[in-house]
Amino acid sequence: MDREGQNGFRIPSGCAVSAIFSKEGTRRSGEEIIRSIAMMHERSNGLGGGFAAYGIYPEYKELYALHVFYEGKYSKEQCEAFLFEHFDVVNLSKIPTRKSPAIQDEPLIWRYFVEPLHTKLSESQLDPDTFVSRCVIRVNSGIDGAYIFSSGKDMGVFKAVGFPEDVGAFYRLEEYKGYCWIAHGRYPTNTPGWWGGAHPFALLDRAVVHNGEISSYDANRRNIEMYGYRCNLLTDTEVITYILDFLVRRRGLSYEEAANVIAAPFWSTIAAQEEAEKRRLTYLRNVFSGLLITGPFSIIVGFTGGIMALNDRLKLRSMVVGEKDETVYIASEEAAIRVIQPELERVWAPRGGEPVVIRLHPTAGEKEG
Amino acid sequence: MAQEYLYPEFQVVRDLSRCTGCRACAAQCANGVHRYDADRGQMVSDETRCVNCHRCVAFCPERALKIVKDRQCFRENDNWSGDAIREIYRQAASGGVLLSSMGNAKEYPVYWDRLLINASQVTNPSIDPLREPMETKTFLGKKPDTLRRDAAGRLVPELPPQLELDTPILFSAMSYGSISYNAHESLARAAQALGTCYNTGEGGLHRDFYRYGANTIVQVASGRFGVHRDYLEAGAAIEIKIGQGAKPGIGGHLPGAKIVGDVSATRMIPEGSDAISPAPHHDIYSIEDLRQLVYSLKEVTRGEKPVIVKIAAVHNVAAIASGVARSGADIIAIDGFRGGTGAAPTRIRDNVGIPIELALAAVDQRLRDEGIRSSVSLIAGGSIRSSADALKAILLGADAVYIATAALLALGCHLCRSCHSGRCNWGIATQRPELVARLDPDEGAQRLVNLVTAWTHEIKEMMGGMGINSIEAARGNRMMLRGVGLNEIELGILGVKHAGQ
Ligand code: SF4
Ligand code: SF4
Repeated sequence: MDREGQNGFRIPSGCAVSAIFSKEGTRRSGEEIIRSIAMMHERSNGLGGGFAAYGIYPEYKELYALHVFYEGKYSKEQCEAFLFEHFDVVNLSKIPTRKSPAIQDEPLIWRYFVEPLHTKLSESQLDPDTFVSRCVIRVNSGIDGAYIFSSGKDMGVFKAVGFPEDVGAFYRLEEYKGYCWIAHGRYPTNTPGWWGGAHPFALLDRAVVHNGEISSYDANRRNIEMYGYRCNLLTDTEVITYILDFLVRRRGLSYEEAANVIAAPFWSTIAAQEEAEKRRLTYLRNVFSGLLITGPFSIIVGFTGGIMALNDRLKLRSMVVGEKDETVYIASEEAAIRVIQPELERVWAPRGGEPVVIRLHPTAGEKEG
Repeated sequence: MAQEYLYPEFQVVRDLSRCTGCRACAAQCANGVHRYDADRGQMVSDETRCVNCHRCVAFCPERALKIVKDRQCFRENDNWSGDAIREIYRQAASGGVLLSSMGNAKEYPVYWDRLLINASQVTNPSIDPLREPMETKTFLGKKPDTLRRDAAGRLVPELPPQLELDTPILFSAMSYGSISYNAHESLARAAQALGTCYNTGEGGLHRDFYRYGANTIVQVASGRFGVHRDYLEAGAAIEIKIGQGAKPGIGGHLPGAKIVGDVSATRMIPEGSDAISPAPHHDIYSIEDLRQLVYSLKEVTRGEKPVIVKIAAVHNVAAIASGVARSGADIIAIDGFRGGTGAAPTRIRDNVGIPIELALAAVDQRLRDEGIRSSVSLIAGGSIRSSADALKAILLGADAVYIATAALLALGCHLCRSCHSGRCNWGIATQRPELVARLDPDEGAQRLVNLVTAWTHEIKEMMGGMGINSIEAARGNRMMLRGVGLNEIELGILGVKHAGQ
């Protein structure tokens, strides 16, 4: 099957994004997020929808959960041979789905709970995260017809070609419980209809959904590819995910600092800061100048224990945040929040380039919601 | 006089019904073309001396003058061009190496003219530079690979030395000596007003210009003319010149006639002696030697100045640049084969080196493949003719561009390509006081400021059209370029797709 990016062409797309996050760690089912993203049906065109959920695999918390698409048995055999060679596979199964006429041409969809084989890991001299991310990149660029689309711990990505609400029903998301849900509806101008091209895009526990079309794409791609990433899909979301992985995991920046890089304040704003802040912002902008993202975007980034929402510095895409008790809602449109929580205590539209970072309370338990 | 078989290339056309015999042209032409013939009671011309610099045309109050290409021709021959024939006559008469000035004028492909820039439609909005901020600030220098935090976890914002520019356009090296005091003053003042830098070239820095130090790049070339401690300390950055696009592989030659007065003092060589810089630096015979020079210059300046290494675009430029990047250089300047010069052997100028577009694309890609692109910045030069060329260079991967010929044109140069004669009628490439005085530094600086300001505006317009509001997002953004009429190999080297793809 044709994959995105394969012929070297880039496909522009518009989108809808939505997220729910419980600061207390209350776990809720996927029902609400489906209703929220369905509200913005008009912003998708049925060519891609997907979800990321955190806290859904408490029984396998310490293991990497790999979600994999296969085009056929042959690619499955090859990929599994690779996985067995590099990982201790604790559990494997088909991901349960519900047939529906709205979702067609599904690939084989499998899930593996794994940990790196100790021998392989020590041989590689890598930390487990780097080991896993390299394996994921190897499978995705090296094994034809196999695609690992989710690779974090205690989290998972569920995506398909279709409208997001149909994708949610297809994956039976009402049966999962998570403290954080992120959803995406895609409006690409055209696609080869490959499931891996739907969003969220994830590497390890970091999942990104994005609405927009960045004008800095190739500058960012060529910069990040210097550090061992391969942008095979030629999508914005893919490059943004790699940039965040690089800045946060590999360079050790906080999410707030990473936001100062990718949606850096204008020089005129920096000039107006007090001295220490001016030096800090100038430093980040200068050192990582190739990772500045321009053009319209609103992104939501999920990670273990937190979430970040960020708009481009001119705020060329809409994004609203709402709060009620300990729950935070983020969406492209306010209506998508109101439909699941009409009584918000606070609603605001973050300014361009201003990151909204929300984390679990240190005391957050994992209650059932 | 021996028969030289050389006939005038230009014809001085004087409209006698307009000419009043005021002799303004005679006063303006340092080549002595115009003369008043008392017997005939009219102005006459010796066309053999005319270089077509338009000075007399511009100053004729009656608009009586026109310089046109002489229609005298050789029998048509597609193989033996008129130039080829004339050059043979000249060498047969002189026995010497042919000299030329300014850049390669031959018919080689200009890749800038085969590259087209993108703009946004529908899926992504363009940005209006008149209403939204549009940023061109550029920092040149190494970016660190590791971050440091203090005990409280705050970032320590320490960086290797950086060159901060308000616009990614710098004036490239032109020595005091090859060009005049007034030309240098114009460049220095314009660089200061624009928040960018000019470059001393290999002729040292005149005492009067030390005050523009924050906007000066001081050059260290193979002749080491004018290099001393204060000089190195005076600039914002130091450039080691390994090569020049117009004459890769050879050194500079400034004729003794131009080594007069302050020029000789600034270069620290006797008056009237030819300033001949050797082809290589005699302390650099390999890449390790370059590393030593880079570090000794850093040591003299306590590591406070970025070091630029300027190389000519030659066949193996990507590998060379990669070696230079690993030898401690903070910035690499690549000079394409169409770059200008005050004087170069014609054969070298016209036949040695490669186009900057291909060199730049190859170097940028190689440094990225090796993961070292952020440890060095790139300046591209060698015939950047307009803001569009400049932006295309940045989209291909340059951090900034060097301009020199364009800057001289702004000062009034008419590209007559006779700088080596030392009789520049526009007061630029000359040391004759009466000619130098023709260039007013106030006006010169203003015209340079106008030019670069206009280019910067145009760059902003084109960036806005692409939906990019900061120059760093344009750097290396090759998807914003398409080629027209280029073959697969050319597209591959440039790293761009063909228009329509
Ligand atoms: S050399 Fe210049 S000033 Fe002299 S006649 Fe020719 S165009 Fe006029
Ligand atoms: S600088 Fe003077 S001599 Fe040289 S090309 Fe320009 S006008 Fe002619």
